[in-house]
Amino acid sequence: MSAHFVHPALVMIIGALLVPFVRGPLRKPFLFIVPLVALGAVVSNSFLSGEFATFQFMDWQLVFGRIDKLTTVFAYIMALMAVIGSLYGLHVDNAGEHMAAWLYVAGSLGTIYAGDYLTVFLFWEMMAFASVFLIWARRGPRSPAVGYRYLVIHTIGGVILLAGIMLRYQAVGDLAFNLLDVKNPELYTWLIMAGFALSAAVVPMHSWLPDAYSEASFNGAVFMCAFTTKTAVYALARSCAGMDILVLLGVAMALYGVIYAVMENDIRKLLAWSIVSQVGYMVAGIGIGTEMAINGACAHAVVHILYKSLLFMGTGSVLYMTGKTKFTELGGLYKKMPGTFFFTLVGCLSISAAPFFAAYISKSMIITAGFESHLNWASWLLMFGATGTFMYNGLKLPYFLFFGKNNCSPETWEKAEDPTWNMMTAMALGAAFCIMVGSAPGFLYSLLPYPVEYNPFTLYHLAETLQLMGFAALAFFLLKKYLQPVDRICLDMDWFYRMAGRLFLWIAKNPIQWFDTAWGEVYRVVGLGTLMSTAKFWSWFDWNAIDGVVDGIARSVRGIGGKVRLLQSGQIQVTIFYAASFAAIVLVSYILFQLS
Amino acid sequence: MIRLIDYLRERIKAVILACYILLAFIVTFAAMVDRSHAHTSVERDIPFFWSLFGFVAAAVIIGVAYWYGRSGIQARTNYYDCPLKDDCTSSDS
Repeated sequence: MSAHFVHPALVMIIGALLVPFVRGPLRKPFLFIVPLVALGAVVSNSFLSGEFATFQFMDWQLVFGRIDKLTTVFAYIMALMAVIGSLYGLHVDNAGEHMAAWLYVAGSLGTIYAGDYLTVFLFWEMMAFASVFLIWARRGPRSPAVGYRYLVIHTIGGVILLAGIMLRYQAVGDLAFNLLDVKNPELYTWLIMAGFALSAAVVPMHSWLPDAYSEASFNGAVFMCAFTTKTAVYALARSCAGMDILVLLGVAMALYGVIYAVMENDIRKLLAWSIVSQVGYMVAGIGIGTEMAINGACAHAVVHILYKSLLFMGTGSVLYMTGKTKFTELGGLYKKMPGTFFFTLVGCLSISAAPFFAAYISKSMIITAGFESHLNWASWLLMFGATGTFMYNGLKLPYFLFFGKNNCSPETWEKAEDPTWNMMTAMALGAAFCIMVGSAPGFLYSLLPYPVEYNPFTLYHLAETLQLMGFAALAFFLLKKYLQPVDRICLDMDWFYRMAGRLFLWIAKNPIQWFDTAWGEVYRVVGLGTLMSTAKFWSWFDWNAIDGVVDGIARSVRGIGGKVRLLQSGQIQVTIFYAASFAAIVLVSYILFQLS
Repeated sequence: MIRLIDYLRERIKAVILACYILLAFIVTFAAMVDRSHAHTSVERDIPFFWSLFGFVAAAVIIGVAYWYGRSGIQARTNYYDCPLKDDCTSSDS
């Protein structure tokens, strides 16, 4: 390893392995310091450029530390998120959960710093396998099934990615993790793109996300909302920038997520749908592929991690304090959780791209890039989606959760209050970053891969945004009776594989089980019956034929023996008499035979 | 903050009126802004284009989501536990 390069993933891995051994009063400082050290490593690495920590492994050179501007901007936000997330879960007394979270972070950072596909794959799988424990950590009745579904889907994604990597290596003899030839895509290009796209929750491969993130532990969801999809966005930006199909897929994600979020009753599932929608903007930006679009996608990934984690922290606080996540079981909570309400509201304004809040400086960059690339249809639809984002996240979430009808049971109402100091501090930190980056984006812009020639603070942009938000809000309040949450779930693409699984079980339980039973019956009646008849015949044959002959001889011998026994009186003179008589008979017979 | 919210909720009509005034202010502001930076000619030619866009987009999204949900996409919460309603020992329909 280079003298200057410190791999933040290594810091997190070592930290994760030490967590179980650091107990008592040292645990909390340790949980806070290790991510800070990783962030320090990222900051230190940001002054470097090039390839570090390279190792020869068989015929391949593995690059664990490739540093450029794209790496640095994503590494910064991931490390910062590790600090905020760890602070939020500081009081969690489950070492396993902290280990899973940190190994998950390490997987993300490892992928971001990787310079070859084998290293990417290694850390990619580390992310998938570590994060599933954040779902199981909730220990709810549905957690095991959800976790296994998540694992199966990501394993499939990993296999697709590996197939692409292998095919590419066979074709070009190179493992370098760089931009693919997206204008002349080969099969391996599609496979690699699909492997990354699955983890980015690209429609129609997205259903794992709302399923898993809504079921994760209150702390685990804060990590999960940041790392998997945005690491996938990084991987797509690195390898597939300018791939046209991503524009279409990104727009589809942006709209699909909006419709489902509007229908959703579960507050954390609503946010999960929101991730699908917001990542759609990033995927579309990567598909557009111009410098402004890539900058926009990266900037939106950064601010998205900030506001989405803040929103998951707010709703996680509600879950942590009340145990409830449904609008139909909550409402009116501003009185009991004012701090949580305030920070969540900052998150809501940030995701809605309200002026001077986080997404204001990023989302419009992607949309402008679309217009400038003459992809007007895409930009119009993204604007349409942005209106929806404000409606479900900026209005529906705070209104029905903190105001609206109070659906809390007396127990829920009693339990509701602002959470622990560390959770509040983490939310305050997240909210501060959302406002800072939205009001003064200079530092973020300086980190982006290309020079930024975009000014979000124009009067036209301000007027456009205020009009959109103002009149969308008017529509919301006029039509809000159609948005009343109902205690229902929304069927999605996972219906197909859930039903396929159910069909498989049905086939196993019914036709296959029936055939097995029938075959057993046939075996019993035909096979076993025949076997028994044959056995009976041979038993009879054995008894009557074999044993008859053997027993007959034995009986004959015994009979002869019995007769002979009569001759044996035991007196010597009788025996001599019989012997002499027998000898005389033999002698006389011989003489007569000779004379004749 | 709680007291402020309660104060405003007690005067909801005044709040609504203030919101309408704010909307009027936004529209006035939009009319005065230089539209030469607009992305397309539609934005330049149609007055208060983004006001209209925001309202219509929100209404369409609410309508589509309402229709889509009621068309069978919104299902019982125990749907995956027992897809056939008759299989459920306790229904929450």
